[in-house]
Amino acid sequence: MTPPIKRDKPWLMRTYSGHSSAKASNELYRTNLSKGQTGLSVAFDLPTQTGYDSDHPLARGEVGKVGVPIGNISDMAALFDQIPLGQMNTSMTINATAAWLLALYVAVAERQGATPAQLQGTTQNDILKEYLSRGTYIFPPQPSVRLITDIIAYTVKHIPKWNPTNICSYHLQEAGATPTQELAYALSTAIAILDAVRDSGQIGAEGFEQVVGRISFFVNAGIRFIEETCKMRAFGEMWDQLAQKRYGAQSEEMRRFRYGVQVNSLGLTEAQPENNVQRIVLEMLGVSLSKKARARAIQLPAWNEALGLPRPWDQQWALRMQQVLSFETDLLEYGDIFDGSPVIAAKVKSLVEGAMAEMARVQEQGGMVQAIESGYVKRQLVTSHTERMRAIERGDLKIVGLNCYRETEVSPLTGGVDSGIMKVDPRAEREQIERLNAFRAQRNATEVKAALANLTETARSGANIMPASILCAHAGVTTGEWSQTLRDIFGEYRAPTGIDIPANDDSRGARAVAIRSQVTQTGAELGRPLRLLIGKPGLDGHSNGAEQIAVKGRDVGFEIVYEGIRLTPEQIAKAALEEGVHLIGLSVLSGSHVEMVEDVFNQLDQVGLKGLPVVIGGIIPESDAALLKERGIAAVYTPKDIDMNGIMVDILNLIRKHHELPPVAAI
Amino acid sequence: MTRTALPEPAALAFAVSARDRLALAQALNLLDDRRPAARQCAAAFLEALPAEKQEGGGHLIGITGPPGAGKSSLTAALIQVWRRRGLKVAILAVDPSSPISGGALLGDRLRMHASGADREVFIRSLACRGEFGGLSAEVWPMSLAMLAAFDVVLVETVGVGQKEIDVSKMTDTTCFVAQPASGDSIQFLKAGIMEIPHVIVVNKEDIGMAARKTLSELKTTLGRRTDADGWQAPALSASAALGSGIEALADALDSHRQWLLERGQFAARRRRCQAEWLVKHLREEFGRYGINRLGGEAVLFAELTDAPRRSPIAAYDDLRIRILPQD
Repeated sequence: MTPPIKRDKPWLMRTYSGHSSAKASNELYRTNLSKGQTGLSVAFDLPTQTGYDSDHPLARGEVGKVGVPIGNISDMAALFDQIPLGQMNTSMTINATAAWLLALYVAVAERQGATPAQLQGTTQNDILKEYLSRGTYIFPPQPSVRLITDIIAYTVKHIPKWNPTNICSYHLQEAGATPTQELAYALSTAIAILDAVRDSGQIGAEGFEQVVGRISFFVNAGIRFIEETCKMRAFGEMWDQLAQKRYGAQSEEMRRFRYGVQVNSLGLTEAQPENNVQRIVLEMLGVSLSKKARARAIQLPAWNEALGLPRPWDQQWALRMQQVLSFETDLLEYGDIFDGSPVIAAKVKSLVEGAMAEMARVQEQGGMVQAIESGYVKRQLVTSHTERMRAIERGDLKIVGLNCYRETEVSPLTGGVDSGIMKVDPRAEREQIERLNAFRAQRNATEVKAALANLTETARSGANIMPASILCAHAGVTTGEWSQTLRDIFGEYRAPTGIDIPANDDSRGARAVAIRSQVTQTGAELGRPLRLLIGKPGLDGHSNGAEQIAVKGRDVGFEIVYEGIRLTPEQIAKAALEEGVHLIGLSVLSGSHVEMVEDVFNQLDQVGLKGLPVVIGGIIPESDAALLKERGIAAVYTPKDIDMNGIMVDILNLIRKHHELPPVAAI
Repeated sequence: MTRTALPEPAALAFAVSARDRLALAQALNLLDDRRPAARQCAAAFLEALPAEKQEGGGHLIGITGPPGAGKSSLTAALIQVWRRRGLKVAILAVDPSSPISGGALLGDRLRMHASGADREVFIRSLACRGEFGGLSAEVWPMSLAMLAAFDVVLVETVGVGQKEIDVSKMTDTTCFVAQPASGDSIQFLKAGIMEIPHVIVVNKEDIGMAARKTLSELKTTLGRRTDADGWQAPALSASAALGSGIEALADALDSHRQWLLERGQFAARRRRCQAEWLVKHLREEFGRYGINRLGGEAVLFAELTDAPRRSPIAAYDDLRIRILPQD
C-alpha cells in the first residue's frame, strides 16, 4: 500500500458576490458555503461604497446593482444571519467607508456573541488606488490616509487576525498598468501607508513589526501567466526587502508577501464569451503554480461578466474551476517548480529592476500621495492603457474572437437576447428604501445624535475613528449619516483624470489624419470647432472607457469637455449647455444605464437642450440597448466595439445628421 | 438646417440681458462662429447689448500664472466667496489646444468643480487654438456677452513668461497667481518683461516657509512701483486648499475696481481693453504693415479710445476695410 501523498492546504476559495438586498445576499452566501466555498467576499453596492443612503438622489438606480446595500446595523445583521462571524473569514471590498463597514461588522459580531479577537477577514481599505482606478473615494488623500491608518492601528491592537488593508495592484492592472507599474505603484502605496502609520504614533516601534505583518495585497492575474508568475515572485522578493530594510521587520513570517487574487476581468470578452472560461483557468495558473508565490485566497470572475451580472450557476462554475485545480490535479503535491529556472530568474530580475526605477521616480516626487495628487501616476496608467487599446485596434495584441477568429457558431450558452445574465429586480431599490425608513422610525434619535456628535469630535481631534464608529453602529446611525459627518469635516475631492497625455504615434497615422480633416471640415461647416462632452453619471467610477474616448477624441481634433467621474445628470446638462457641445457621450458600467439616461434626458429638456445627440458606452445588454435607442439614445457602444477610429467617425456622422448634413464616407 | 439657423440678434441680446442661460450659451456659440453670416449676426448682437453694462457695469477680472500655481482652485474658492456675497459669476477658462491634432482637453471645469449645480455660476471653456498669444481671440467679445448677464466675469488663462499677462490688457483687473518657491515670476517682474498685474497672490500658503519667502520677495520687488495709471499692486498670500486669504483676495480685486470708479477711469479702461483687442487682432492678421497703414500704434490707440462705442466685431471690420487695398 502506498502511503498517502502529503498535499498542501488549498487556498481560501471565494466568490465576489452580493446583490439586491442583505436578505437575498445572505441566501446566496449560505448556498455558496454549502457548495464548498471556504470564505466570503462581500460586494457592496455603489451607494454603500461612496457613503450615501439608499434614498439619496445620487443613489437612484444604483441600489443593489453591483453589490449589496448596507445602510445600517440591521442590514449587516441580515447579511450574516445564521453565519457565525466568530468562525467565518470575510473579505469586504470596501474603501472610503471601510471604517464604517468594519464597525458594523464588529457590532454585529458582538451581538452574535463573538469577540473582536476572534474575527478573521479583510477590509480592502486601499483608498489611494481609488483615485487611480475604480473611483469610490470620497475625501481628499490626506484624510483618506488617516482613515486607513486608523483601521490598521485599531485592528492590530483589537482584531489581530484581521487584514486591515489589502493594497491593490488589481485595479491598477484594470486601469492599464503593466506588470512593472503594478509592482511599483502597489509597493509605493504600501510605503505611503506604512510611513503614515509609523508617523501617526499610534503604534510604538516595538509593535511595528506586527503592523508590517498584517499588510496584505490584492493582486490581478492576466492572461500572460508566465510573466504573471514572475510578477508574483518579484512582489515577494521586493516586499521582503522593503519590510526588512525600511521597516526593520526581523521575522521572516512578518515579511511574507500575503495576497489574494481576483483574476483579470479586463481581458474578458463580450464576443464569444465561452472563451473566457479558458482565460480564467490560465490566469489562475499565474497565481498558483509557483508555491513560493502562491495566493492565499482566490476568487474568479464568471465567464459572462462582460455581458452583465452573472447568475448563481455562472458563479458556481467559477468556484468549480478552483476546486478542480486544487483537488483533482497534483499541483499541491510539489514544492516550488520554478526554483532554479534561469528563464524565470531573469524575468523576475528585469521586473524588479524596472519597478525599483519607477518607485524611485515616485519617491522623488515626494511619495505616492503627491504623485497621485499631481496626476503623474494616473497619466502613466492612461498612457499604458491607451497603448494597449491601440495594440488591440491594430491587431498587434491578439484577442481571440474579438480582433481575430471572429467567425463563430451560434452559442447555445447565450442563445436569445439577454438569456445568459441575471437582472436585478427593479423593486429591490424601493424595498430597500422602505426598510431604511422603517429602521429610521424605530431607532432612538437621541442616541443617534449623541453618537454622531462623538464621531464629529473624534474626527476633528485626530483620535482613532474606529471606537466612535462602532458606537455609531450600535446606536443605529446610517451609512449616509456616518459619511456626511466626515464629508463635512474632511471635504470632498475630485482626482486628476490623467487624460492630459501627449498624443501617441497612432494619432499621426493615415486614418486618424483623415478623420481629423473631416472633423475640422465639419467644424468649419457648422461654424466652430466640434465639441464633445464626455459624462459619467451616477456613482460608478470605472473610467477607462470615458478616458479612452476623451483622449481619442482630442487626437482626432474634437474639443473635449470631461469632468471625471460621479456627476449628477443635472451637472451634465448644465455643462452641456454652458460649454455649447455638439454631442454628449455617457459612460455607465454599473448597470444603472436606463435610469441614468432617463434622468439625463429630463435634465437636458429642462435646460432647453432637448434633442441634442447623446450616445452611451458601457456594459449594456442587448435588450437594454434597444430600449435606450427607443428613448432617443443615438448610439450604444459596448466592450466589443474596439475600433475607436470607427466610433469617432460614427460620432462625427451623428453630429452631421443632427445638423442635416450628409454623412462622410467610411474612413 | 434649423439647428444651425442664426438667432435674431436683438432678441438674443434682450434674452441675455434678462439672464437667460440658454440664450447666453447660444450667444457664446454665435461669438465662436466663423461663418461670415454668423459674424454679421454676432456684430449686431453685440451692438444690441445694453451700453451701461459694457461701459461701466460688472467686474471683468483676469487670473493668470504659471501652470500648477493653482489658478483653478483659487478661482473655485473665489466663486464661493462671491456667491456668498450674492454676486453672480461667469468664468471663461482658456486651455491650450494640442498642437498636433488641433483638438483639446478642456479640463478647467473639473478643477473648478466646486460650482456644482449652482445656476448663478456659468463656466465656458475655450481652447486657445494656437493663436493670439495664449488668449483666444473670442475672449473679449465673449466677456462682453457675459458682462451683460453676470456681476463678475473672470477670465482664466495659462501661460508662461510674458505671454501670460496678455490677459491684463483686456480686463478691468488682473490677478497674477505666483507659485511658491519659484523665482520665475519675480525675475520677469524685475526685468520688466512682465507687466505689473493689479493684484499678486501667492497661493498654497499652507506649505509654509516657501510661500512666506516668495511673498516677501515679491513685496520687495514691487516696492512702491505703480502701474501707468498710478495703482500700486498689493501682494497677498492665500490657500485654496484651506480656504484662507480668499476673502482678502476678493476684497483686493474689488478695491482695484473701486479705485478705477473713484477716479472716473472705469469706462476708459473698458475702451482701452477693446482697443488693445482690436490692435492685437489686427497685428495678428496684418502684422506691422496693417498698423502702419492706420497711422501707427499711438495714433490708432488715440483714435480708438476716443471713438464712440462700437461692437468689437463691427469696429474690427471697419478697420480691416481701411487696411485692405481698395479696388
